[in-house]
Parts: sequence; C-alpha cells; structure tokens
Amino acid sequence: MRTSTPARLGLRTVALAYLFVLVAVPIVLILWRTFEPGLGTFVDSVRTPAAISALNLSLLIVAIVVPLNVVFGVATALALVRGRFPGKGVLQAVVDLPFAVSPIVVGVSLILLWGAGGWFGGVESLGFQVIFGLPGMVIATLFVTLPFVVREVEPVLHEIGTEQEQAASTLGASSWQTFWRITLPAIRWGLTYGVVLTIARALGEFGAVIMVSSGFPGVSQTLTLLVHSRYIDDHNTYGAYAAATLLMGLAVATLLGMTLLDRKRSTR
Amino acid sequence: MISVTGARKTYGDFVALDGVSLDIPAGSLTALLGPSGSGKSTLLRAIAGLEGLDHGRVGIGGTDVTGIPPQKRGIGFVFQHYAAFKHMTVRDNVAFGLTIRKRPKAEIARKVDDLLEIVGLDGFQHRYPAQLSGGQRQRMALARALAVDPEVLLLDEPFGALDAKVRADLRQWLRRLHDEVHVTTVLVTHDQEEALEVADRIAVLNKGAIEQVGDPVSLYDRPANDFVMSFLGSVARLGGQLVRPHDIALHRDRERAQQLDARVGGGPGVLEASVERVVRLGFEVRVDLRADTGERFAAQLTRAEADALSLEPGDTVFAHTVAPTNPAEAEPALAI
Ligand SMILES: Nc1ncnc2c1ncn2[C@@H]1O[C@H](COP(=O)(O)OP(=O)(O)O)[C@@H](O)[C@H]1O
Ligand SMILES: [Mg+2]
Repeated sequence: MRTSTPARLGLRTVALAYLFVLVAVPIVLILWRTFEPGLGTFVDSVRTPAAISALNLSLLIVAIVVPLNVVFGVATALALVRGRFPGKGVLQAVVDLPFAVSPIVVGVSLILLWGAGGWFGGVESLGFQVIFGLPGMVIATLFVTLPFVVREVEPVLHEIGTEQEQAASTLGASSWQTFWRITLPAIRWGLTYGVVLTIARALGEFGAVIMVSSGFPGVSQTLTLLVHSRYIDDHNTYGAYAAATLLMGLAVATLLGMTLLDRKRSTR
Repeated sequence: MISVTGARKTYGDFVALDGVSLDIPAGSLTALLGPSGSGKSTLLRAIAGLEGLDHGRVGIGGTDVTGIPPQKRGIGFVFQHYAAFKHMTVRDNVAFGLTIRKRPKAEIARKVDDLLEIVGLDGFQHRYPAQLSGGQRQRMALARALAVDPEVLLLDEPFGALDAKVRADLRQWLRRLHDEVHVTTVLVTHDQEEALEVADRIAVLNKGAIEQVGDPVSLYDRPANDFVMSFLGSVARLGGQLVRPHDIALHRDRERAQQLDARVGGGPGVLEASVERVVRLGFEVRVDLRADTGERFAAQLTRAEADALSLEPGDTVFAHTVAPTNPAEAEPALAI
C-alpha cells in the first residue's frame, strides 16, 4: 500500500502518541516517583523483611511453575500435534480456557474445589493446606500460565514434521534418544519463548493469587500482593511504587534475556 | 536380500498395497517404479518398518523382521526432503548413528571423514545443513545412512526435489557408489529414465500391485502389458496396437512397405499417413503423422533415414512396424 508522506507521518504520530500515553507515561511516572526521593530510599523500601519475603515467594512460585509447565506443556503439545485420539478437539479448547477465563474466576473455583468442603477439601484435614497456602498460589499460577508453552511449541512441532525423527529411528535411536537429541533441540526456541511468557505472567499474576493467598505480609504475599497491600491497606503509596518498580525490573530482565537469546539465534 | 510376501496395507477404504510379493536380490540396485500414488513409498516404508502392514511379511537378509522396529532392521533410509538434522553440523549428522551406538570417538571420526570424502563433502564438516545446497544435503543424508553399515539402503525419491542437472549427476554418482559399496539398494522413483539408467532390476508398481519385475532391457523389450509398456518409454498407437516410435518405419512406396511388413509379420499392417510435422531433436528426428483413419502418431527416425526420405509436411508416407513389441505378441514376462 502506498500512502502519501503527510498521511504516513500523521499515522506514525498517532501511533506513537497512543503508545506514549498508554504505556510510556504510566511507567515513567512510577519510575520517577520511585527514584525521586533518591536511590537509598528505594533500596530501603525493597529491603524490608516483607519485601524480601515477597520477592522470594514470587521467585519460588516461578521456580515451581516453570519446570511443571515445560514438562506438561511439551507433552500436551506433542499429544495435540502427533496424537490421534478421541477428544482432541476438547483438549485444544481446554488449553485455551485460561486465556478466556478471568483470573478471579479461577481463584474462586479453586477455593470451591480445594477449600474446606470442596471435592478435594479433604486434603486440608491431612495437614496439607492448599487454599491460603503455597500450593494454592502455585496451582492458580499454573492454571493461568498453562497455555504459553503449549501454544509456543505446537506450531514448531507442526513445522518440523516427523521426518527427522523417523530418520533418527532408522539410524538406531530409541524414542527417548530421538526426543532428547532431535525433537527437543528442534523445539528449543518455541520452548524458550513459552518459558519467558510463563515467567512474565507468573510474576505478574494477581487476580487468581489474591483469592487463594492468606495475604500475610512476610509470609504469603507475592510481589503483586505486596504492591496491592502497601497501597490499599497500608496507605504506603511510596512503598507500593518501589515494589512495583522492583516487579517491573524483573519483567524487564526477563524480556532482556529473551532479546539476547533472540539475537544469539539470528546470528546462527 | 529383501523379501516381501503378501504385503497389504489400507488407509481406511483405500488400498495402498494390494498383496505385494517381491524378492530383491542381495547386492542389487532395484528400482520401485510407478506413477505417483501407486504405493511405492508405502512399500519402501514397510520394508523399513516405518509403516506397519495389515497383512504380509518382510524379511531382510533371511531374517523375518515383520514385527521388528526400524531401529533394529539394519537399514539406511534416505528421504526425498533430506530429513537433515538442522541443529547439527554435517559431521554430527553423519556421526549420528555411530554416536547412538556408542562407538569410540576415534573410530567415529575416521569413519565420518571417510564417508564425507566418498560423498564429496570433504571440508564441509562444520557447516550446518542450511548452508548446503539441496544436492549436498542429499549426499550428506546418504553418508549418514551409510555410516551405520546398513544391510540394505532404502531411497525414497532421493533426487525428486533437485533440479534436472543435479539430478542427472547424482544418479550417475549413485550408480558408481553402488558399484563400489555393493549394499543392497532399493530406489523409489516415478521417473522411468532414472530407473532405466540406474537400476539393474526394476519392479513396476501400479495401483498398489506389482505389474512386472525384471532387468531394464527385458522390461523395455518385453513388457508384460500395456501399462508397463507405456510407462517405460514412449509409445505410439498404430492400428490399435502399442508400438515404440523407433520401431516404426516410413516409406514413400506402398509396395516396398508391404513387402517389408510381411517379412516382419504380426504388426498392424501398412498404414497410409500424411506428415504433419518434422521435428529434429539432435541425432533423432520425430515425425508427427496422421493416418488416413484420422489417428495421430509419431515415428522416430535417425537423421540419415529422415534425410533419405526428405519429408515435408503434407507428404504422404506408408508406415509399418519393424518389431512387434505389442505386449500381446510378447513372450511371457519374467515370473513375478
Ligand atoms: N498416511 C496416509 N493416510 C492416508 N492415505 C495415505 C497415507 N499414506 C499414503 N496414502 C495413500 O496411499 C497411496 C499410496 O501412497 P504412496 O505409497 O506414498 O505412493 P507413491 O509413493 O507411489 O506416490 C496414495 O494414494 C496416498 O494418498
Ligand atoms: Mg512416494
């Protein structure tokens, strides 16, 4: 499509202004508010016991959720692409469900299922607390991040086909050897993107987690919950800005990691 | 040697292999030749164990391998689209089978270097498949398949994705390689020229069944039926019979034509035809003709024959066959 120069410039200006107002302004505002009183104040605010505990909890959840999503995500993608079984269409739809369902609904349904009186509520009497404990937050995060690995790996599996795997089997490789030596290396970029998206979403999840967390500062608050409670409960607006900045820093680090990997990939 | 007995394979209602039995002698280079969709790949993949059969058995080197997975059949397989391991260097691709077999590093290195030299990829060890041409990729795939010393080498249209020039080169190269290595080889192709040029035995497939098996010369000269005849080489229909265009003789004089035709016998007789077009193809000359019955056919003459006749479009000639190759007249084809 060819457009005249003024029209093109006009479109660009509108697009940039849109991005600026929607994305750049809020972020810059928070950064500015955070660092306005000086770096020392920021550091003090994110080194309180509650903040350190929230950071650790968020990272712990990521550390549990990512490996689970990698294993089950790859297995699901393989089943969806290679498998022939009844109910495949249903599985496809189920994988997309977390995209469609609001996180808060996820939280409520998890309480229904795992909470006192729920179908699986019995585990609580065995001393294994799901709701208002770490397992609940992990399950909630797993639910909302479930599609990422599957949806990133699936198209790559489609693209590579099965010939390389068949070639490996004629050369004597067992299914397990073929998976590790051929399939996994072939899908590694899709898998990497899936993991990055999972990390970003796991760090940022709020709605589902707040429903199933007991929310005690220093015990069961993730970073997002910390931002919320500092702002709403403690009226500590500065603390909320500082925690938000920390959260943003983690997300930026994740994105940066992805960009670096991307660059490495394109030079090969 | 490879023996397939009563192989049957269906996909839903569609019969891809309809009771195929075939023996492939050890050390031969056999072509599975047939039109697209005739079941060649299905048969080859059944030999490899990449496809299961509904009925029938497969034996390799005297062992029944019907229920055995491809890993344990002692085969090398080459795919039409190379199936190169994209994330591995040429060296690692070729070494793959040996690495899986946990051979000593020094042995692997020696063997890979030897093979890369044989396939003419010396110096490409550290390239990735994406940095190779199609022909080079396929030679790498061949080296990879040969590295594990397979008992049989199975090639599924290995040159099908390459351009004509490279294809012709690789064909001759494969023939020379086979003369050196002597591994029992099965080549799937839909290209009769390729089969005639490379193979020492050809099995012609049609609609999931074998029409005829034999060496290229006997298949060409004594085809078992019209299908084999028209699939191997060009044919002309003369007076209701299929004949090879180079087996048609043309004369200006009717009586001379009748005399010669009577001497050969068994043909469709002498036909009066008018010349529509004379096409010079280097040494050969193709004459497009139209019989007085309205039937169109082409005769293939040598240049000297054509010059002696000095044909022009519109001329009237008398055509007859010099060798009755119509399958109906042929001796029974080799036992299948
Ligand atoms: N996996 C499959 N599912 C359904 N039909 C198939 C499958 N594989 C092959 N066919 C059919 O079987 C027939 C023979 O296939 P193939 O052996 O690949 O033929 P060729 O290699 O001679 O071209 C074709 O008509 C093809 O459509
Ligand atoms: Mg085929």
